Amino acid sequence: MAETSINWVAIDNDPRFQRLHAKKLAFLTGLMVFSLVYYFLLPIGAAYFTDIYKVKVYGVVNVGILFALSQFIVAWGIAFYYTAKAKDFDAMAAELVRDAEKIGAK
Amino acid sequence: MMTLKNKIWLGILACVLPLISLPVFAQGAVADKWKWLTFLVFGTIICITMYVTYLAAKRVKTTADFYAAGGGVSGLQNGWAIAGDYLSAASFLGIAGLISLYGYDGFMYSVGWLVAYITVLLVIAEPCRNIGKYTLSDILAYRNDPKKVRIVGALSTITVSTFYLTAQMVGAGVLIKTLIGIDYEISVIAVGVLMLGYVLFGGMVATTWVQIIKAILLVCASIVMVIMVWSQYGFLGEFLNNVVNDPKVQQRVATMLGDKAKNLSPAELGQIFLEPGLFLKVPLDQISLGMALVFGTAGMPHILMRFFTVPTAQAARKSVNWAMAIIGGFYVLTLFLGMGSAMKVGPANIAAIDAGGNMANPLLAQALGGGPDSLMGNFMMAFVAAVAFATIVAVVAGLVLAAASAMAHDLYVGVIKEGHVSQEQQVKAARIATILVGAMAIVIGISAKGQNVAHLVALAFAVASSANFPCVLMTLFWKRCNTGGIVAGMIVGTFLAIGLVMVSPNLTYPLAVKAANEKIVKASDDKLAKLNADLTAATMPPAAPAAPADAAAAPAAAMPAMPAVDPAVIEKMKAEIAKTEKAKKAATDKIASLGSDMTSIMGLEKPWFELRNPGLYSIPLGFLAVILGSLMYKDKRAEDMWDELYVRQNTGILAAKATAH
Repeated sequence: MAETSINWVAIDNDPRFQRLHAKKLAFLTGLMVFSLVYYFLLPIGAAYFTDIYKVKVYGVVNVGILFALSQFIVAWGIAFYYTAKAKDFDAMAAELVRDAEKIGAK
Repeated sequence: MMTLKNKIWLGILACVLPLISLPVFAQGAVADKWKWLTFLVFGTIICITMYVTYLAAKRVKTTADFYAAGGGVSGLQNGWAIAGDYLSAASFLGIAGLISLYGYDGFMYSVGWLVAYITVLLVIAEPCRNIGKYTLSDILAYRNDPKKVRIVGALSTITVSTFYLTAQMVGAGVLIKTLIGIDYEISVIAVGVLMLGYVLFGGMVATTWVQIIKAILLVCASIVMVIMVWSQYGFLGEFLNNVVNDPKVQQRVATMLGDKAKNLSPAELGQIFLEPGLFLKVPLDQISLGMALVFGTAGMPHILMRFFTVPTAQAARKSVNWAMAIIGGFYVLTLFLGMGSAMKVGPANIAAIDAGGNMANPLLAQALGGGPDSLMGNFMMAFVAAVAFATIVAVVAGLVLAAASAMAHDLYVGVIKEGHVSQEQQVKAARIATILVGAMAIVIGISAKGQNVAHLVALAFAVASSANFPCVLMTLFWKRCNTGGIVAGMIVGTFLAIGLVMVSPNLTYPLAVKAANEKIVKASDDKLAKLNADLTAATMPPAAPAAPADAAAAPAAAMPAMPAVDPAVIEKMKAEIAKTEKAKKAATDKIASLGSDMTSIMGLEKPWFELRNPGLYSIPLGFLAVILGSLMYKDKRAEDMWDELYVRQNTGILAAKATAH
């Protein structure tokens, strides 16, 4: 595809890329699993733990309403956390982008 | 440069559209004498978007301009455009309607649409920006056999887009008819022609701006209405307290619960509106729908395409963040819009105009502005109706662009011509494909009149989550993934998803329809018998007193004994009888219209697969197909290219250069 002098295998084997890859993959997997678990608790809970959803917390406001609203807060929180963390990945990647043509030059 | 011919066409389009709509309206939610207001608002929105298209058309010269707005869209702009692309009429009208009729379950339903963007943000947006170009198949073709994966990728893109497109077109026709009474066919053609105007002349540049404008209108309309709702019913706790204590809401819950409601106090009935269980009865279906949303959105070709319009992965990330803020904020507002219309308009009145609740928002706007006879009320309703119209056009434009790019860029340029096509010819091919897809959308939209299209949205998400998503994710993150896996995943995912939906409860089953309507007939008969008995009792003169003591005093004594003779009460009873008879007749007609064939279009008497959403089974099987297909296929190129793809998707090396060419 790209007719450049970039040695992709060398970059892949570069310790800086390996570090970026390991950190990013672990972080993304963890966050993804957490977000899926938190989201699917909502329909699962509504179906099988209906009584808990009906417990009133404040006035007529019940657990179900608060849990559904918390989904929005958590989703935004995940986006915020990821964006903050991604700055580290950006910095690590920027170094590789800068040196891309030098690493393992043929 | 935009040719003179194009300019003339745009001018004609802008003038003719409002005109052809004028003479053909009949009945609709907007009263006849206020329709000019709706058309005024419609016309203004159309003029603004047409002007934007005119400006955009000057900038569309290359293939990159047409498909990806030259990669020159900012993160903020793209965030609004994603929101505009994603928030369809189903979100704006449908979810508010569900909440107004079913309370908590409607709101729970809306959550998945936002959570879907976490998948997009974490694993799709940035890698796709880093290695993609114009289409979903570009990502798949990076390290796999380009011809083979482009064919399956394009077919799946066209399939998903067509399903979604048909649902939108039929929805547009029904909606515009319900709102302002324009004929179904004219509405479909108007939406189709407008969308064609935007995409054909302005490509992705115009589509992006139409989506941004529409999203801003949508958000502004919602915010204004929610502030008005809050000023009347209070904020969170107080608002919900008012919902629980609203007699119309309590009446709605009592109607839905039937016999179970007998021993409950009004406050208890109102409280049930804030609890799960009124709408979503099959738990597995709920989870299955959640899976389709959370993984399907990330596999939607028209959403993926939006990430090729921004210059960098950072801009792609920023655009998802903005989109999540806008989409999430919007869905939080729907809670207040839905429950607000339940209090202000009443669930019974909303369901009377449209059983699915789609008219909740327009009716709420009218009521908030001062009611059906006020200028402000009708202006607000006209505005909401116009926003709903703009919403459909913007979503349809994005879908048509996605399908056209698969046809022109993947099939024609990539497969048939193997890339040997000049820039000018590529843009020409893209425009021809746009006309084809647009014409197809209009024809399918008209021929699907009166069809049950609810399953088409389920189908689009099912295919996107079971075929597109596994393929894209695996080619980006799994080294062993190759052409065999992509082809197997696309085929298995697509056919499984379609197959399961075709035998699911989404389709119309005449036997079930017959049973439901027979139940209505029987209930109506019972009710009529009781009503007629009551009426006779009320109008019959009371039995003469056994021993009239004083002839002169008798009438005076008899008066208080027959209070039911009040003419207003009798009128009310007669009206009730007429209403019940009408319901009975509708149900009888429905049974008669079924004919003798008692099976669905698949020849089934009852659903073979019990879930409306197949994701629970089809998504894991789609992944399994990718894995098995890859393991059984030898593909040296896919393995050799892995380092390049993986490094690029993680770092964005060359991404900026690819955009700039």
